[in-house]
Amino acid sequence: MAPKNTEAKKYNVIGTRPIRHDGADKVTGRAIYGSDLRMTGTVHGKILRSPHAHARILSIDTSAAERLPGVVAVATAADLPNLKDKIANLGEGSVNLAHLSANVLAHGKALYKGHAVAAVAATSPHVAEEAAKLIKVEYEPLPSVTWVLDAMKDDAPRLHDDVRTNSMGKKSDKTSNVPTHIHFEMGNVDEAFSKADVVIEREFKTASVHQGYIEPHVSTALWNEDGHLTIWTSTQGSFTARQQTAELLQIPVSQVTVVPCEIGGGFGGKIAVYLEPVAAILSRKCGRPVKMTMNRDEVFEGTGPTPGSFVRIKLGATKAGQLVAGEAWLAYDAGAFPGGMIGPGCMCVFSCYELANARVDGYDVLNNKPKTQAYRAPGATQAAFACESVIDELAEKLGIDPIEFRLQNAVKEGSRRVDGPVYPKIGFIETLQAAQNSPHWKSKLEGKYRGRGIASGFWFNIGLKSCAAAHVNPDGTVSLVEGSTDIGGTRTSVAMQLAETLGITAEAVKPRVADTDGVGYTDVTGGSRTTFATGLAAYEVGLDIVKQMSERAALLWECKASEVKCADGVYQSNGKSITFKELAAKLSHTGGPVVGRAAVDPEGPSNGFGTHIVDVEVDPETAKVTVLRYTVVQDAGKAIHPGYVEGQMQGGAVQGIGWALNEEYIFDDKDRMLNANYLDYRMPTALDVPMIETIIVEVPNPAHPYGVRGVGETPIVAPPAAMANAIYAATGVRMRELPMSPPRLWAAMSAKS
Amino acid sequence: MAKKIHVTTEINGEPVEFLCEARQSLLEVLRDTLQLTGAKEGCNNGNCGACTVLLDDQPVDSCLVLGVEAEGARIATIEGLACAAHLHPIQQCFLEDAALQCGICTPGFIMSTKALLDRDANPDEHTIRFQLAGNLCRCTGYDKIVRAVQDSAKALAKNAVRSGTERDQSNGNRNTTERIQIR
Repeated sequence: MAPKNTEAKKYNVIGTRPIRHDGADKVTGRAIYGSDLRMTGTVHGKILRSPHAHARILSIDTSAAERLPGVVAVATAADLPNLKDKIANLGEGSVNLAHLSANVLAHGKALYKGHAVAAVAATSPHVAEEAAKLIKVEYEPLPSVTWVLDAMKDDAPRLHDDVRTNSMGKKSDKTSNVPTHIHFEMGNVDEAFSKADVVIEREFKTASVHQGYIEPHVSTALWNEDGHLTIWTSTQGSFTARQQTAELLQIPVSQVTVVPCEIGGGFGGKIAVYLEPVAAILSRKCGRPVKMTMNRDEVFEGTGPTPGSFVRIKLGATKAGQLVAGEAWLAYDAGAFPGGMIGPGCMCVFSCYELANARVDGYDVLNNKPKTQAYRAPGATQAAFACESVIDELAEKLGIDPIEFRLQNAVKEGSRRVDGPVYPKIGFIETLQAAQNSPHWKSKLEGKYRGRGIASGFWFNIGLKSCAAAHVNPDGTVSLVEGSTDIGGTRTSVAMQLAETLGITAEAVKPRVADTDGVGYTDVTGGSRTTFATGLAAYEVGLDIVKQMSERAALLWECKASEVKCADGVYQSNGKSITFKELAAKLSHTGGPVVGRAAVDPEGPSNGFGTHIVDVEVDPETAKVTVLRYTVVQDAGKAIHPGYVEGQMQGGAVQGIGWALNEEYIFDDKDRMLNANYLDYRMPTALDVPMIETIIVEVPNPAHPYGVRGVGETPIVAPPAAMANAIYAATGVRMRELPMSPPRLWAAMSAKS
Repeated sequence: MAKKIHVTTEINGEPVEFLCEARQSLLEVLRDTLQLTGAKEGCNNGNCGACTVLLDDQPVDSCLVLGVEAEGARIATIEGLACAAHLHPIQQCFLEDAALQCGICTPGFIMSTKALLDRDANPDEHTIRFQLAGNLCRCTGYDKIVRAVQDSAKALAKNAVRSGTERDQSNGNRNTTERIQIR
């Protein structure tokens, strides 16, 4: 469907759908992903992982492994520098380096099943695997805990001896599994609840889910004889990978080059380093390139899932349908180390609604799961599942249409969020209106065990640092170098913004993602920031080039540069005109090459809102849920390449459907994951979902020259709540636990009847 | 070191011989011995389909096939699909429909699509979804992939008509031969 544009502006390139610049490489199998690298002399590393969810490591004996023919190096935590607590900012989230080091290779204690304990490098992956099995580790198993509320109890097994609760700056003197307590409060909550006509309070649970990217983590490191470390890796951020690796190894960043390979998905899970520092120390020991690739079970057990959670929501409204008070209590898994996604969870929980009186308490909770990591709008989906379910229930109780109820209470420009910020121009109301006017919402849904649900979602969309540079070629094309790794077509969405600025075609820009020595510092591809912030850098590169090209035209025409005007790639002055391409051919004799550059650090957030509509049918015998129809409505600000904007909306929605219906970490009685494979960790297949209809709303972001807001994360926020609301409409059962898998839904339906 | 076995096979229309250990998968041989890295490893246990190749025209997860099973077989990989500097219509449709984001699953999807359309020139949406259910994509939500398969079917039908005419005029053109084979 064509974008709904609230402020029509004419563009030549923006809003079109050119073929992506890396397309041919990706459909022919030529694109080089991390595991496709073939370097002379490469040896293969393998990690030995803890079989226990919680255990003290008494000893590690690597001698038998070292004796195996073909083994060239062995490493344990003893090979990593001892680090003091230090917080490093990773763009989307931050990390304590001492904890990161202990996550990369366990220091004294294994904190989850799958925790890396030792590593070995050998001449073939098979030999490395055999060698890893020969490493003898003596463990003292300890009691473990995975459920977030159990982990908060005073008598719960303690993961760390030095963690005490920091509650809004005040540190407790007792150790606990709760590193952080967050509290936000606005207005007079108790008084407001006492005046509400209707108050609903509900509790919600969600299971751990994984980002599920199809490409396992893979890194190759070469510690060269000159002391320089080069790492080829699958990462969302080459610079943050460089920073983490340098800090963990206590070497200067200038000693490390990170070369980002093509990346086979990340969704937030490929920001923290796992293999990079280990491959580096193995390479330092053996003097050869060391390549490390995870198996799928290692990805599930050894890398970050997103938090499982417990959320309690209380909302009060007047009979007329005005929300007057809200209270939220959230506890999220941090996993093995502090620093989960509770912060954004607390900030997002009421982010869609005007609430003059609200109170939010959030707890970051340590438990024996892998350290949780960002997953597409990290922390927001769990919160929205709870809040949007209660909103639906309130609307029903008040007898108000769920979209009308949301419209009545929707945030707009000037609304204050409970954590403080006041929204600039946003497009939430517009997404609700577009949903209301959609063919889907206007269609009739009939039939037994069928129901329609709706829910909304919010994500900040961050700004942060991006660099880009471009040079003009004599044939009128422009080569663009950028620092943002391209996970889903951002080479093209960034290049299109440069093309628009210069007045040339998208195809005339040749984008390339550079390594950490080839471009200025650029933050991660995450936080839905790349098309926004790196796109802004490309725009500024364009302005820089236009300025220089105008000077060249002025030189040709013997006039002042200020007298040269440029529009749509044509430079004009006093009746003379020359195209960008013609001018490009004259650069060599008007002063030489033209190079444009930009370094930006725009203020976020750009505030993305979306509303999802879903029709489901529930099989009364098996409780299997079939998605009949699905529509995603989202404010993109401005869709640079609508095809890839739709792709983000569709992909996020289907990940959300998976989260809603099937995906979960299942643990046995010793807190070991039972389903660390794609067959048993059930992600949606093509057969599980229908076509995903999309409606792109465009309320331009005032902080971007083309109005871009970023789109990647918002679409995962609403689906679980929308699905739960639809399942209620179909069955009369309110599901308050994810996933709403057949056994769980069947039990709930049976209990009702 | 395990003793290696000599295997004679055909890959993308060319005769190929290789040595492999009995425990090595076809995927490992393709990627590590023959440097054909277009087939990807996502799970190594047959659940994701990123390593899909055609073995005697049947789509298989090459991680579940042993290298030695290639003896005497015909194998088609993503590397053999485009010819004479032209993308195959399926590849072209995947690009035009923005049916990929990170691209890691794309070679597998394209090979599964090839196998499907070789058997069924005009599959309905349900058939496409059913036949591609062995290939996981985590980025796209499948919508644009399904559309790309639908558009590929249309493009191939058009090409089949056109290449039939072309064949009469120019014999020996590899591109034409490939397209006839598709039909």
